[in-house]
Amino acid sequence: MTVVALRPKAKTMADAAPKNVIDVKDLSLVFQTNDGPVNALSNINLEVGGGEFVSFIGPSGCGKTTLLRVIADLEQPTSGSISVNGMTPSEARQKRAYGYVFQAAALYPWRTIAGNISLPLEVMGIPKAERKDRIARNLDLVNLSGFEKKFPWQLSGGMQQRASIARSLSFDPHLLLMDEPFGALDEIVRDHLNEELLKLWAKTQKTVVFVTHSIPEAVFLSTKIVVMSPRPGRIHEIIDCTLGSERTLDIRESPEFLEIAHRVREGLRHGHSYDAAHL
Amino acid sequence: MNFIRNSVVPVATVLLAIVMLWYAFAIILNAPFERDQAARAGTTISTGQLIANTMKQERPVLPAPHQVAEEIRKTVFDVSPTSKRSLVYHGWVTLSSTLLGFALGTLLGIVLAIAIVHSRTLDKSLMPWIITSQTVPILAIAPMIIVVLNAVNITGLLPKAMISTYLSFFPVAVGMVKGLRSPEIMHLDLMRTYNASKAQIFWKLRWPASMPYLFTSMKIAVAISLVGAIVGELPTGAVAGIGARLLAGSYYGQTVQIWAALIAAALMASVLVSLIGLMANLVNRRMGVRA
Repeated sequence: MTVVALRPKAKTMADAAPKNVIDVKDLSLVFQTNDGPVNALSNINLEVGGGEFVSFIGPSGCGKTTLLRVIADLEQPTSGSISVNGMTPSEARQKRAYGYVFQAAALYPWRTIAGNISLPLEVMGIPKAERKDRIARNLDLVNLSGFEKKFPWQLSGGMQQRASIARSLSFDPHLLLMDEPFGALDEIVRDHLNEELLKLWAKTQKTVVFVTHSIPEAVFLSTKIVVMSPRPGRIHEIIDCTLGSERTLDIRESPEFLEIAHRVREGLRHGHSYDAAHL
Repeated sequence: MNFIRNSVVPVATVLLAIVMLWYAFAIILNAPFERDQAARAGTTISTGQLIANTMKQERPVLPAPHQVAEEIRKTVFDVSPTSKRSLVYHGWVTLSSTLLGFALGTLLGIVLAIAIVHSRTLDKSLMPWIITSQTVPILAIAPMIIVVLNAVNITGLLPKAMISTYLSFFPVAVGMVKGLRSPEIMHLDLMRTYNASKAQIFWKLRWPASMPYLFTSMKIAVAISLVGAIVGELPTGAVAGIGARLLAGSYYGQTVQIWAALIAAALMASVLVSLIGLMANLVNRRMGVRA
C-alpha cells in the first residue's frame, strides 16, 4: 500500500526536476591526501535553473572549481546527491550534456583552429559535411572567421580562449561549464570577452555556470552569484544579480552594480572571518 | 649562405680537427715499427723519412686517413657491388638486417608502450623485465640467438635482425611510454567531457602527443640497430657484412680494412639518423610545430 501511495508523489518530484538544470543536495567531497582528509566541499545545496548564468566566486581553496568538476563528472562526491538535466553527472557526461571551458584554452597544438573545433564533433561521430558547417558557424559566433587554418600558437591568448569557447559550443550543449576561462588574460581583453560572452549567452539561451575570482566579472555576467568560502569549501551566500538583460560595460559604474558588488565583497569578507575564527 | 655559416662551417671545423689529430696519432703510433726496422737494418732514419714511412705502412697500428679513404674508394668503386670484396656488398648485407631489425624493434617498442600505458598490471610486470633485458651483454646473447634460431631452421637475415630488434625495441618502448603519457591533464579531461572512448583518446590525443618522443627514440634505435647487426655478424662465422669485414680484418691484421669498415659503418649510421631526422621534420611541419 505504501508503495502505491508513494508512487504519485515520486512522479511529481520527477516532473518538477527537469526545471532545474542542476540540483545539488547536501553534497560533500573529501579528498584523501597524505596530510589527512581535506574537506573540499561541505554540505553544498544549489539549484541552477534553465537559462541562468550562475557564477561561483571565492578565494582559492573554496572548492569552486571542484564543485564545477563534480557537475562535469570529473570528480566524484563523497556524499549527498547531484543531478544534471535530471540525470546523474555521469549519465549527463555520457549524453554530452555540457560543454566545458578550462582555465587555459587547452587547444591541441597539432590541430589547426578548425581542427580543434572539429575534435568533439569527430569524437561524437558527426559526419564531415556537418562538421564543416558547424565549424564555420561557431567560429563566426566567437568572431574568429578567417583563422580556420591557423595553428594555436599563431593566435593571441584571448583568441585561443575564444576558439576554446567555440569548441565547447560546437556540439550544441545546453549547459556551459566555464572554469575561470578569462583568468589568465589581461583586463582589457577580459572586458571585451565578458561583453562577447554576454551577447553569446543572450543569443544562444544556454545555461552557464562560471567560476571566477573577480567580483566585477561575476556581477557583470551573472543572474546569480554563489559566494563560497574555504576550509571547508562551502557556500556562504547566494546573491541574486538583478541588473536586467541589457548590459554594457558602462553598467559597472551604476549604483545597482556597485551595490551588488559591495554585497559580494561583504559576503567574501564574512566567509573569511568565519574561517579565521575557526583557525 | 646561412646554411653554410650555421651548418657547414662548424661541422667542417670539427672534421678538420679530427683529421689532424688522426694524422698526429698515426705518426706517433706507427713510428716505433719504423724505428725498429731501421735499428734492425743497422741504419738511422731521418725524421722526415720516418714521418713519410708511417703513412704508407702495409699493416699500420693506426692507418692514416688517406689510406682508409683509398681503401674505401677501392672497395666501393673499383670492384663490382656483387663481389665479396666490395664494401657496398657487405654494407648492404648489414644495412638490410639493420633495417629489418629496426622496423621490428620499433613496432615491438610501440606495441609494448601502448600495452604498458593502458594497463597498470603490465606497467608493473613488464617494465622491470624490459629494463633487465638490456643489462644482459649483447655479445653474450647474440651467439645464443643465432645458434638457437639455427637449430629451429631459421637462418639468414632474420636471426641477425633479431639482435637489432633486441637492442632497438628498448629506447622506443621507454620513449613511447613517456610520450603516450605526455598529454596534459587538461587535454585528457577534455576528452573525458566528450565521453571519448579509449581508442579515440589514443588516436586523437596520446598518439599525436607522443610524436616528438617517437622520433627521438627512433634515432637512438636505428643507431644501435646497426651495432646489433654488426655484432650479429660476428658469431655467424664472418660470412658477409660489415661485421664480417671487421672480423676478417682482425684475423689477418688488415688494419686498413678494419678502419674502412668502421668508417663505412659510421657513415651509414649518420645517414640513417639523418633520414629519421628528415622524417621528423616532415611530420613536425604537418603538425604545425613552430619553425
